[in-house]
Amino acid sequence: MTIDWSRNEALVALVIIAFCALAAASDPGFLSIATLTDLLRGGIVLGIFAVGALIVLISGGIDVSFTAIAAFTMYVTAMVLNAAMPWLPWWAALVMGMGIGACLGSINGVLIAVMGLPTLIVTLGTLSMFRGFMLTFIGQKQITTLPPGMREFGRMMIVRGENADGSFYSLHAAFLVTVLAIVLTWAILHRTMLGRQIFAIGGSVESARRIGINVRGVQFFVYVYVGVLAGLAGIIHSSMARVANPFDLVGLELSVIAAVVLGGARLAGGHGTLTGTVLGVTLIVLVRNSLIVLGIPATWQSVAIGVLILIGTGLPAWQAKRAAARAA
Amino acid sequence: MNPTPLSRVLASTEGRLAVIAAIVFLVMSALAPDRFLSLQNMTSMAFQFPEFAILALAMTVTMLTGGIDLSVVGIANLSAIMAATILTRVTGSGDGTAIVLVAYGAAIGVGVMAGLFNGVLVATLGLPPILATLGSGLIFTGIAIALTGGSAMMGFPAASAWIGNATVFGVPAPLILFGVLAVLISLLLSRTAFGVKLRMFGANPLAARFAAINIDAMLIKVYVLSGVLASVAGMVVMSRANSAKADYGSSYLLLAVLIAVLGGVNPYGGYGRVIGVVLAVLTMQFLSSGLNMVGVSNFARELIWGGLLIFVMIVNTWRVRRRRS
Amino acid sequence: MLNDLVTLDGVTKTYSGITALDGVGFSIAAGEAVCLAGENGSGKSTLIKILAGVEQPDRGEIAFSGQRQGLLNPRLSAAAGIKVIFQDFSLFPNLTVAENIAFSAELGIGAKLVRRARMQDLARRTLERIGVDIPLHAAVETLPVAHKQLVAICRALATEAKLIIMDEPTAALTEREVRVLLDIIRRLTADGVAVLFVSHKLAEVLEVCQKVIVLRNGQKVAEGPAHDFDAASLTRHMTGHDVAPRPPAPLPATAPTLLRVEGLHKTGAFDDVSFNLRAGEVLGVSGLLGSGRTALAKALFGLLAPDRGRITLDGRNVVLGNPLAAAEAGIGYVPEDRLTEGLFLTQSILQNIAIGRLDAHGRSGILDLGGLMDEARDWLKRLSVKAANPDAPVRSLSGGNQQRVVLARWMARSPRVLVLNGPSVGVDVGSKAEIHGIIADLAAQGLGIIVISDDLPELLSTCQRILVMKAGKLVEDIPAGQVTETDLAHRLAS
Repeated sequence: MTIDWSRNEALVALVIIAFCALAAASDPGFLSIATLTDLLRGGIVLGIFAVGALIVLISGGIDVSFTAIAAFTMYVTAMVLNAAMPWLPWWAALVMGMGIGACLGSINGVLIAVMGLPTLIVTLGTLSMFRGFMLTFIGQKQITTLPPGMREFGRMMIVRGENADGSFYSLHAAFLVTVLAIVLTWAILHRTMLGRQIFAIGGSVESARRIGINVRGVQFFVYVYVGVLAGLAGIIHSSMARVANPFDLVGLELSVIAAVVLGGARLAGGHGTLTGTVLGVTLIVLVRNSLIVLGIPATWQSVAIGVLILIGTGLPAWQAKRAAARAA
Repeated sequence: MNPTPLSRVLASTEGRLAVIAAIVFLVMSALAPDRFLSLQNMTSMAFQFPEFAILALAMTVTMLTGGIDLSVVGIANLSAIMAATILTRVTGSGDGTAIVLVAYGAAIGVGVMAGLFNGVLVATLGLPPILATLGSGLIFTGIAIALTGGSAMMGFPAASAWIGNATVFGVPAPLILFGVLAVLISLLLSRTAFGVKLRMFGANPLAARFAAINIDAMLIKVYVLSGVLASVAGMVVMSRANSAKADYGSSYLLLAVLIAVLGGVNPYGGYGRVIGVVLAVLTMQFLSSGLNMVGVSNFARELIWGGLLIFVMIVNTWRVRRRRS
Repeated sequence: MLNDLVTLDGVTKTYSGITALDGVGFSIAAGEAVCLAGENGSGKSTLIKILAGVEQPDRGEIAFSGQRQGLLNPRLSAAAGIKVIFQDFSLFPNLTVAENIAFSAELGIGAKLVRRARMQDLARRTLERIGVDIPLHAAVETLPVAHKQLVAICRALATEAKLIIMDEPTAALTEREVRVLLDIIRRLTADGVAVLFVSHKLAEVLEVCQKVIVLRNGQKVAEGPAHDFDAASLTRHMTGHDVAPRPPAPLPATAPTLLRVEGLHKTGAFDDVSFNLRAGEVLGVSGLLGSGRTALAKALFGLLAPDRGRITLDGRNVVLGNPLAAAEAGIGYVPEDRLTEGLFLTQSILQNIAIGRLDAHGRSGILDLGGLMDEARDWLKRLSVKAANPDAPVRSLSGGNQQRVVLARWMARSPRVLVLNGPSVGVDVGSKAEIHGIIADLAAQGLGIIVISDDLPELLSTCQRILVMKAGKLVEDIPAGQVTETDLAHRLAS
């Protein structure tokens, strides 16, 4: 197989390998199971968010409200389960989270797909509304005692072990949910006509309308689906953190979109892969977790991510600009 | 049917906004007449809004070109930390007016450099503005964190308090600053070749290229202007807080975008007036002060801001559709 | 009639007060090849959109196989077997050839899952049916124009098609490719598929069609069997008057050379192009889409940087690849696509003119708005732009008036050379004549004018000389008086 260096995936993969090589050179302990499980753990919530952001970008839109949906969902779920239905099992909490997420996502869906408002502005507005509604009418205090179902889920591990130095490592079961979300999204995008219609709309809305694609219906699905994923991510986040803090998550949205764009999705729509998205998330988590191993203080973390975003989006933009100048 | 004066006012985005601002003002006055209408409240509002209003002006100029500047808060904080570094390292004589001016000059310099960086990314390298300024914003904030370790810088000479806290004949200094900047930007947009070009570019970038407009130079100037405005806002924040910190005003980014869009600036470029932005700022401030007084939490503001933004978008879109059909 | 596939009756459509279609009615029988002829702006595109269900008529009736239809939408039209190949092809650039071809078919049968093998099989069979070979896995954005069109045709054929509407299908094709297309059309009609062929190219129209319908300014002005028409009568119906293209008066031998283009080369676009333009001369440049004519036009105005070559104006070098320098040197450019490249649609009519003169009125930093707008208003008057309110968005003007606004923007700068790319695309017949009048006036004032167009009568009636481009090369230099339209068409496409 030939490697297409003009694609972001190849570039990001190369940066990841270079990062790991440098890290391993400066600290032989870097290449350990502990590093790997930290990396995977860091990618659980970010990964689910990124999959949602990807599908919106492919459809030609942008959604910045998903973090607020996640925060809202986890807080309300924890509160309702504690108050009314503490006996519900862990999986019911996840289902409830997906349901609440779907409802909030459908608000975006109505405003964007039905009323035809611009996606960035709508989701900026709903970001602030969802968060404001939760903090005003539902609560501002952390819920430190999660309902039993979520506590149970929070303790589920698929791998657990002890390092040579006596420290513990573990991989949370929620990692499987992320894998499942990726696989499911891949199947939707590549194995269903719905997914192909999402790509088609991102490629050309006008053409989609002309061949009779139900553009509104497909867009509506996209925003509801993102809501479902966000709700899921919210429940997972609080279960793993063992607390539902309403101030968590919001503020992550731009980094998530950055990770997806880093992986080759285009803001203009129609392009983007799950491989690229996974690579983009991996790189961002790697920088967050392990920058210090390269001898760069953790305070430089956001500079490093900023530089990566500029390089990751700048190179293709620069190439496209030169190609356009050549072809025109 | 002849248009009544009211329907003519309602026909423009700014007219509708003026009506909304007036209604909000009246409702708040009715809800808390003695407190909302007090001189003290008016003064306190006038001290509060200029910092984010100036950021909204920065957002407005970039949005007019169809771009956006997500790095304004990063630039504001980095500028403030630059100024704070000078103010805390160098001790001047007297109340320190001279050294404060030097520090402000350096801060504006940071704004220019940061804006230049954004401008080159957008104009020369062709990055989408949203990603370019997202990345650069992280870099500016990151440098600010790295320089300070994330803690606040304090201990400034007395003169640095002036710009954020003083009054001139009873008028708060930040309000005067905002007024002057708003008038200047308004003139720049409507009365100079640069202003007309940037709006036309926003309306149709391709046609601007075909009309032989020097697009790269224009875009770089736009982002430099945005950077300078952001650093001025940073000075006001620093003065009012009497400190500088890498993560001050992080909620201001969303607020600046909200205000610009609420003010009728078309986020896809080509339309927007400073008067609309001023009215949007006032509406927001009346709302949040008034709600504060009737005991509504700070967070309810977020809810209401978001709701207002979407409401205005729905009204604008609905009117456009009705006119077309 | 019962055996009619499609019947239209009294179809009327207006866009913001402008009547695009006015009481149009006709019918198409199964297996019939019908040509819908008309100049740009005559309402052809609107009619297509209505049949496709993309737009709804304000009044009038549409019947499929004798069944009166209510509100159409793209799905209903497609289900009735009406397939449209739009001029822009309406393909999905990011999807593969196979997917583009099979997409509507899969949608039509309500498939929920992607059946890759079935889609590829359908795509392969459809490509075979029209006898072409295009890689099924290629992304459509990477294909050349002619292949994109074939993909669009295949998409229309992939499902049960009763009527295929082709909007200007030959604009991008070489003569050989046009032959292939005409063969395909013959094969389709033999299979009982009706074809509505929309074109303004007369030779093709008469060759392939059994029936001709002519639209002018939104009305049907003629209908009849193809053998009742010839090129002259078609032109008369389309334009409303007899215009045997008459070339303008020849240039005086003393006219000095104004613009000199030497060895201009851009790999993949145009190849070693050299020509001279004299003061007062109107020079035509023609060629098929993709022949390099638009790339050359853009290079003359600096929108495209050539790899090598030289342009001099009055003996002075023009900096290449920089529109500012070209404009400064006195070259103006009126682009091909007025709506996306020429106009700032949401901005006022006056601003659209004034944008070219900002620097002349703003030397002190502050604009002299009064002077600027007065000048723009003066230009509106001089080009007799019909605008009720000069502060209204330029979008509100008709095509002809919009084109005059773009012309005014450049004329206000007193250029030496004007490059006009498709000067009368999408304007009505009356305005077209007036724009040609403006071109003649400008030439009389000593400007050099380059008209780039595929509208052959336009070239023949405005230009003293016509350059023909083919595959990036200038292949012929023809004095306009010495060719007929048919002859020129043949030289372009052979």
